[in-house]
Amino acid sequence: MYEGVVQDLIDELGRLPGIGPKSAQRIAFHLLATDPADIGRLQDVLGKVREGVQFCEICGNVSEQEKCRICRDSRRDTSLLCVVEEPKDVLAVERTREFRGRYHVLGGSLDPLSGVGPDQLRMRELLARLGAEEVSEVIIATDPNTEGEATATYLVRMLRDFPGLRVTRLASGLPMGGDLEFADELTLGRALSGRRAL
Amino acid sequence: MRHLQVTDFRSWEHVDLPLEPGPTVLVGPNGRGKTNLLEAIGYVATLGSHRVSTDAPLVRHGRGRALVRLAVVNEGRELTVELEITPGKANRARVNRGAVGRPRDVLGILRTVLFSPEDLALVRGDPGERRRFLDDLLVQRAPRFAGVRGDYEKVLRQRNALLKTAGKKRSGSRDDPYALSTLDVWDNHLATAGAQLLAARLNLVADLAPHASAAYAGVAPDSRPTRVEYRSSLGGALPEGYGRPGGERAEPEKLAQILLDALGESRATELERGVSMVGPHRDDLDLVLGEAPAKGYASHGESWSFALALRLGSYELLRAESGGEPVLLLDDVFAELDRRRRARLAEVAASAEQVLVTAAVDEDVPGELKGTRFAVSEGEVRRA
Ligand SMILES: Nc1ncnc2c1ncn2[C@@H]1O[C@H](COP(=O)(O)OP(=O)(O)OP(=O)(O)O)[C@@H](O)[C@H]1O
Ligand SMILES: [Mg+2]
Ligand SMILES: [Zn+2]
Repeated sequence: MYEGVVQDLIDELGRLPGIGPKSAQRIAFHLLATDPADIGRLQDVLGKVREGVQFCEICGNVSEQEKCRICRDSRRDTSLLCVVEEPKDVLAVERTREFRGRYHVLGGSLDPLSGVGPDQLRMRELLARLGAEEVSEVIIATDPNTEGEATATYLVRMLRDFPGLRVTRLASGLPMGGDLEFADELTLGRALSGRRAL
Repeated sequence: MRHLQVTDFRSWEHVDLPLEPGPTVLVGPNGRGKTNLLEAIGYVATLGSHRVSTDAPLVRHGRGRALVRLAVVNEGRELTVELEITPGKANRARVNRGAVGRPRDVLGILRTVLFSPEDLALVRGDPGERRRFLDDLLVQRAPRFAGVRGDYEKVLRQRNALLKTAGKKRSGSRDDPYALSTLDVWDNHLATAGAQLLAARLNLVADLAPHASAAYAGVAPDSRPTRVEYRSSLGGALPEGYGRPGGERAEPEKLAQILLDALGESRATELERGVSMVGPHRDDLDLVLGEAPAKGYASHGESWSFALALRLGSYELLRAESGGEPVLLLDDVFAELDRRRRARLAEVAASAEQVLVTAAVDEDVPGELKGTRFAVSEGEVRRA
């Protein structure tokens, strides 16, 4: 145990994800030895993060304003809605530059083991959007794992009663740069069942 | 198998063992690490140990990770498999010094059938032992089922978690419509994954049963007839010929619907108890001797014969299919058998493309299997 505020700092750092007591100590002493100007900058962004960053009131993505940059962008196609689990998935889809529609961030996937059901996800908000906006296609882009697939099934069932709404799912297929010969049968099987006409 | 190298695996700091076709015998006093070597080979084939369900005991005391490297020739192709076993972290695998990948990708390169003293549990143990036997054989037959099995287990855990919370809410006050609608989703996924696993098991048993019965008759010709039958938690809802030799092949699509119906019927009970009551995780393999189940009725010798028959049957089944001759691993089994069963096993083993035999003393190894001989002593394996 260190005296007073030094130990407080170590305790606070230790609460961050992925930082154990040893690392917390190391970071604390590094900060103590750091130039005051550098500390000032860190203090500054920490303050801003809490005040400045919020979640977009439309799509749930992280945002600096009430509406995120994508939802504010009038050039985006409002008839396409891509449903993802996390803000980082928005970034991933954006990097492809293939998608010109808008997003809806659920905030996770159905995961009963962690106590996550539809109530803990932004499902109601999604229904509200579909009622209010002119969306013609929902693209489900949840992760291709057990929880993501279950979430996709849930969405499909929930959305099938919307008249005129097209519901699609990202194709899960073969990784680029891979060898067909070495693709595992599950991936190959999924790619086969999701094949498309050329 | 051409060459086995292990580092920090179980009791071994390092072993370098050249291997040849035909019989190889490992002889040495108790506790010198003979079984450990077969266990390492078995790990390459199944990504699991036949003795423990976690990886931690496989790593040498005081070390962080174990390495197993095995050079094999599979249908004319030479492949070197390297596995790094690190408890608490993801294991890693590499084939032919290529890119590091998932261990699952090495399944199918080597196929083994291991006989060991633990096999008695196949007959006398819990249903879980027999399910594991079937699933392990399934993966040897078609590696894809490692994924199917993993998916099913994950969906099952999620569904059970939901049943517990939904059940609580239900008994508390009103139904939670959200919980119930997500239960529909998990039912669907459980039925889909479960049907794939169930269909594969049923077809496996249909194919395995004749081999196992023939093997039993071979080791015990004067015995009453035996039967090997899949017992499904679906009971009478299962189509007639499914799982029977020569019967209709089980179809996953059909089974998914049957499973879904069964889940619907048992929903109230499931919510009450908070566990999934139907599905391949509740099934068993019935081993019948004469008219009585082997478990609880068969003598010690008869139980051994049945365990042996299941392994011999597996070996004959894999052998009859494409995918490369399986390697036989016989761990300390001859000492347990009487003369006739020893002779029968030795006969099969002598015809194997490759077989590894362990024994504490030379006298326990039948004459037909006196091939390459290694003496296993403290920390060392020497050609003798
Ligand atoms: N993780 C480990 N680290 C170090 N030693 C281990 C480890 N796991 C097992 N051992 C040792 O390995 C030995 C057992 O090896 P093994 O089971 O291969 O013996 P064996 O030669 O087959 O003996 P037997 O003839 O009795 O079957 C034991 O002495 C045990 O203490
Ligand atoms: Mg042993
Ligand atoms: Zn937004």
